[in-house]
Amino acid sequence: MGVCDVSLHELSSMLAERKLSPREILEAYLSRIRTCDASLRSYITLNEAECEKLVQERAQGLGESAGSGAGRLANIPIAVKDNICTKGLRTTCASGILRNYVPPYDAAAVGRLRDRGCLLIGKTNMDEFGMGSSTENSFFGPTRNPWDLSRVPGGSSGGSAVAVAAGMAAAALGSDTGGSVRQPAALCGVVGYKPTYGVISRRGLVAFASSLDQIGVIAKNVRDAAIVAEVVSGWDAGDSSSARREPVRVEFGSDWSRRSQDTGQGSVSGRGRNGARAKLPVFKVGVPWGFFTAGLDPDVLDVTRGVMSKLEKEGWAFEEIDLPHADYSIAAYYLVADAEASSNLARYDGVRYGEREGDATDLLDMYVQTRTAGLGTEVKRRIMLGTYALSAGYYDAYYLRAQKARTLIRLDYEEAFQKVDFVLTPTSPTPAFRLGEKLEDPLAMYLSDVFTVGVNLARLPAISIPSGFSRGGLPIGLQLIGQAFEDEKLLGAAHLFEEIVDLGVRTPEAVRNLLPSEGRQS
Amino acid sequence: MAISRSDVEYVAKLCRLAFNEKELERLSGELARILEYVEKLKELDVTRVEPSLYGLDGSASLREDEPGHDTLSREDVMKAAPEEEKGHFKVPGVL
Repeated sequence: MGVCDVSLHELSSMLAERKLSPREILEAYLSRIRTCDASLRSYITLNEAECEKLVQERAQGLGESAGSGAGRLANIPIAVKDNICTKGLRTTCASGILRNYVPPYDAAAVGRLRDRGCLLIGKTNMDEFGMGSSTENSFFGPTRNPWDLSRVPGGSSGGSAVAVAAGMAAAALGSDTGGSVRQPAALCGVVGYKPTYGVISRRGLVAFASSLDQIGVIAKNVRDAAIVAEVVSGWDAGDSSSARREPVRVEFGSDWSRRSQDTGQGSVSGRGRNGARAKLPVFKVGVPWGFFTAGLDPDVLDVTRGVMSKLEKEGWAFEEIDLPHADYSIAAYYLVADAEASSNLARYDGVRYGEREGDATDLLDMYVQTRTAGLGTEVKRRIMLGTYALSAGYYDAYYLRAQKARTLIRLDYEEAFQKVDFVLTPTSPTPAFRLGEKLEDPLAMYLSDVFTVGVNLARLPAISIPSGFSRGGLPIGLQLIGQAFEDEKLLGAAHLFEEIVDLGVRTPEAVRNLLPSEGRQS
Repeated sequence: MAISRSDVEYVAKLCRLAFNEKELERLSGELARILEYVEKLKELDVTRVEPSLYGLDGSASLREDEPGHDTLSREDVMKAAPEEEKGHFKVPGVL
């Protein structure tokens, strides 16, 4: 298996043992990108020059060291969604209005990655400002699914999911407002982790819907996601909604669950060093069958049942739970998200940053011309809906009522967590759909987020784990939802889930076809 | 609650967005469909339900009210400005 296909933690060990040099890793990833990304289009901007410079300096012993003390992420190529600010590196949000915007500062999460010596290999494609579920709403054109080039990768963090799935980054940052990390991860066969709201600082994450937005991690496996999360999480004084907590830290294979709340769900220890299976923790998981409505793909249902039976054999217990208000989550979500977006996106007015369009001689005309030319169709639709929902006479009927529904949705989860450790749902009701299939029907596109948006409304942590394949060979992911601030327990359980389901490592077919013949691949 | 064509035009004005005839027509239809869908929230009894207006701790944490935290230089900020003059953002006439 090539350098680009091993996990981040293996890559990190190979670096530490000097089996590979930082230069070799960088070359391998850049070569994979050159081979595949003309077809997949996951990157908007590559950061090749800076990465080359860092690798060179480190080889010559200049600047910061190649890793001693810098931790497991030193010299690891990480991709960053293009709505997360990178100092000196173009950050477009996949919008025409920011197509040339170069931020004067790093997002908190990006700063922490740089401090650890990561190679920020590039900025990934997305739906404009995070608004979409397919990465088709991009000023730079759509990203393709590496399992089938005629299909979407999901969204809005589609570029990040594809970069990881196709071995063009060892891991990636995304952002998740209503499922934008989890759904593309599911559709591309990788892990997508959305922390509890407030766990990763939003400073420098370009705002879409501030009460829902959360930076998340996309990785090849749960352990890799946790390694990145540990670095980027933790309190930040620069974000007023950042939680005053220590970084998320999971010790895999040891006593990680002793750190979380006692669940009373059996004793805990890891797999023994000699390979013998020690007693592993088991969990009680709630499944809201009543919420698995029509529209759920039969293959997704089969994979869900299959995974449940595998986990049951290992001692996990499943029980049906009721989330009576889950059916209202899409409606509440779109009102809250779009209302907040309409306010957040008022800043794109052609004055302080971004493009200014047209030849207006008066300020109001300049605003209108700039926004009309610079923003895309879906973004305008959302700004319109959000503004309407907040406008005089409609505030109580729409926005306030949606915020109350949000409370009911959160209380449903709280009640469920009295009885169970986690809630399990499919991440997406279907595997990846075809490009263009839902583009003309905004509501159909919105409904593809049915299982993910409630988690953002309730501010809970959740993770999408690759769980199987459709009959047509497309990846299917399941979502494990945890209690607020029990991110460590969630990641630990997800790791066990992943081991039990045991899909192995698979290179997407389109990527295999693009690579040179066996043996020469990087 | 149906959304009228004049509502759409009024909201567009609030949004500082312009649409042509065809776009207005299309947008009216799309917004009407989405609003029809979100109508289902009306089924909920929300009396005595508090709105989720604040974070998990019920409040935001504020930093010390002192200047100087990570302040960007004027020069760095102005680099992103579409139009600048003597360190100020330049805009077309207001009146």
